[in-house]
Amino acid sequence: MTPSLIDLNNVKKYYYMGDSIVKAVDGVSIKIEKGDFVAIMGPSGSGKSTLMNLVGSLDLASEGKIFLNKINIENLEESDLAQVRGKQIGFIFQSFNLIPNLTAMENIMLPMMFQGLDEFNREEKALELLKIVGLSDRADHYPNQLSGGQQQRVAIARALANDPQIILADEPTGNLDTKTGELVMKFLEDLNKKGKTIIMVTHDPLRAQKHARTIYWIKDGKVEKLTRKVKGTWKIIKSFSGD
Amino acid sequence: MLFDHIKLAFRNLKHRGIRSWLTMLGIFIGIAAVVSLITLGNALQGAITGQFDTLDPDKLIISNAETGFGPPGSTAIEKLNDHDLELIENVNGVDLAVQRLIRTVTLEYNKAAVFGYATNIPENDKHISLIYDALNVKTQSGRLLTKDDRKKVVLGHNYADSNNDFGKAVTVGKKIKIQGEEFEVIGILEQASSFITNQIIILPDEDIRRILGINKEIDIIVVQVDNLDNIETIANNLEQSLRRDRSLKVGEEDFSVETPQQGLQTVNNILAAISAVIVGIASISLLVGGIGIANTMYTSVLERTREIGVMKAVGARNKDILSIFLFESALLGLAGGIIGALIGLTLAFAVSFTVSTVFPTLNFNVNLSIPLLSLAILFSLVIGTVSGVLPALQASKLRPVEALRA
Repeated sequence: MTPSLIDLNNVKKYYYMGDSIVKAVDGVSIKIEKGDFVAIMGPSGSGKSTLMNLVGSLDLASEGKIFLNKINIENLEESDLAQVRGKQIGFIFQSFNLIPNLTAMENIMLPMMFQGLDEFNREEKALELLKIVGLSDRADHYPNQLSGGQQQRVAIARALANDPQIILADEPTGNLDTKTGELVMKFLEDLNKKGKTIIMVTHDPLRAQKHARTIYWIKDGKVEKLTRKVKGTWKIIKSFSGD
Repeated sequence: MLFDHIKLAFRNLKHRGIRSWLTMLGIFIGIAAVVSLITLGNALQGAITGQFDTLDPDKLIISNAETGFGPPGSTAIEKLNDHDLELIENVNGVDLAVQRLIRTVTLEYNKAAVFGYATNIPENDKHISLIYDALNVKTQSGRLLTKDDRKKVVLGHNYADSNNDFGKAVTVGKKIKIQGEEFEVIGILEQASSFITNQIIILPDEDIRRILGINKEIDIIVVQVDNLDNIETIANNLEQSLRRDRSLKVGEEDFSVETPQQGLQTVNNILAAISAVIVGIASISLLVGGIGIANTMYTSVLERTREIGVMKAVGARNKDILSIFLFESALLGLAGGIIGALIGLTLAFAVSFTVSTVFPTLNFNVNLSIPLLSLAILFSLVIGTVSGVLPALQASKLRPVEALRA
């Protein structure tokens, strides 16, 4: 069996608040295969975002091991980790998180800059990506000159800048109306078809079931169940409740 | 990559617009103060020391004390005279002693009368050359006086200027009335750095004494010493002989013996002290400017925490963030330095222009000093960078997840 793209082994993330411990992620073991479309489902406060931050190496686990392409990210230096993050993972955030004083085009070029790509190639790639997300005519617009849907499409283009294997989307449609939300989801589906592994955090079960193929249901920092779409219908692969 | 960081830093500063300008204000006031004050200080020093150009380091000046010390009535001092000159000539170490007169005379030309400083040239070739040497003069046109000239005059450069008080330039060959007597102008001096030299009137000894009715009186005695190293000792000896001759006690002198360097040194010391104070004041404003930059950078780190998180999420390493923020503060310092230097220079030129207009005879010239400018700009750059170090370090060390949560 080929090793998984992402492998979490009994991962825990605790926060200490005075005397009390908040167990945001409490012993999660999951494997994500290359090319999958995974949704991490759960109510707010369930720890799903913390889990995504750990997968995206934006945060370090208190306990347990996280392997990204067989590499234990715990063992990486800060600068190597940043490079790995920039190269292998594309982030899409609920609030778009574009840099306000850079144009759409420059925002897309930013991840390539940190990988040391020269300006000519950055521009070429950024223009290509703008075309893909249908915003070629908005290249020189600043984020505040773009609608929410357009900003999220710029963010998608930015996530694709370094051609990462993994796209991490944290409530990507959370700040968008239904119609634009669908458009953004369509982009994610297309990317998945082209071989990108998509991991999406959402609290909306309908949307998760509509687009994802694998869903991890999270509650109180633990995986409650794992469901998978098999031949068009959802099957419970594993259920951890009652353990 | 580094160039990208600079570009990004520049974009960030531009984006913050007025705030960046206000931060720079703190720096450029300091730099402008340093540059303008030092430039003006140099000009002032030049103008003042220029007045001492007439003095050579190997010459001593003996003059009448201007006021006597003591009760009213006792101030009638004994003026220097022939007897003193003879006495001085015989003091050990004295090579030459020349008597000089410096008096105010009236000049008439082109139906206008003005006052001017007149001085004599003695009737001995050796003495004449000493005086010309001491005055450091050359003619622009015509020639200098010789011992045989009578009823002839050499004039300073200002009289040859058509904007002079006569309203008409005096040229060689013209007749000019001095104290009512007619003299022929035989030479005009080159422009000198000393304004006194520029309006000097050089007359033969016999003539000046006749027109002013001076008999044996001498205003100053210029002494050339045989050995420059002993100049202080010779000055002391001279003082002693004169005192003995006049039966005066130490402190009661009605004359003064001065080495040219004494005067110059005193002035230079004062100027140096003034410069030090100026630099001190300017340093304080630079310090305040630096704190201003640090403050702005800290605020900007706080404001842009989320942005830092985003940059880290898309692959920025700590050192990338550090370098972007450092370039921001360095650019603030650099821009502040350049603007400050330009403003300072403009100020200095404006002041010098005003001074030259009000006192046209004073040689108050501002010089553009490239080392000063580069140093000021470099200093500002360093201040900017140093003030940015802590905020930049703080920004770079933020953990991505925490930064994104902000």
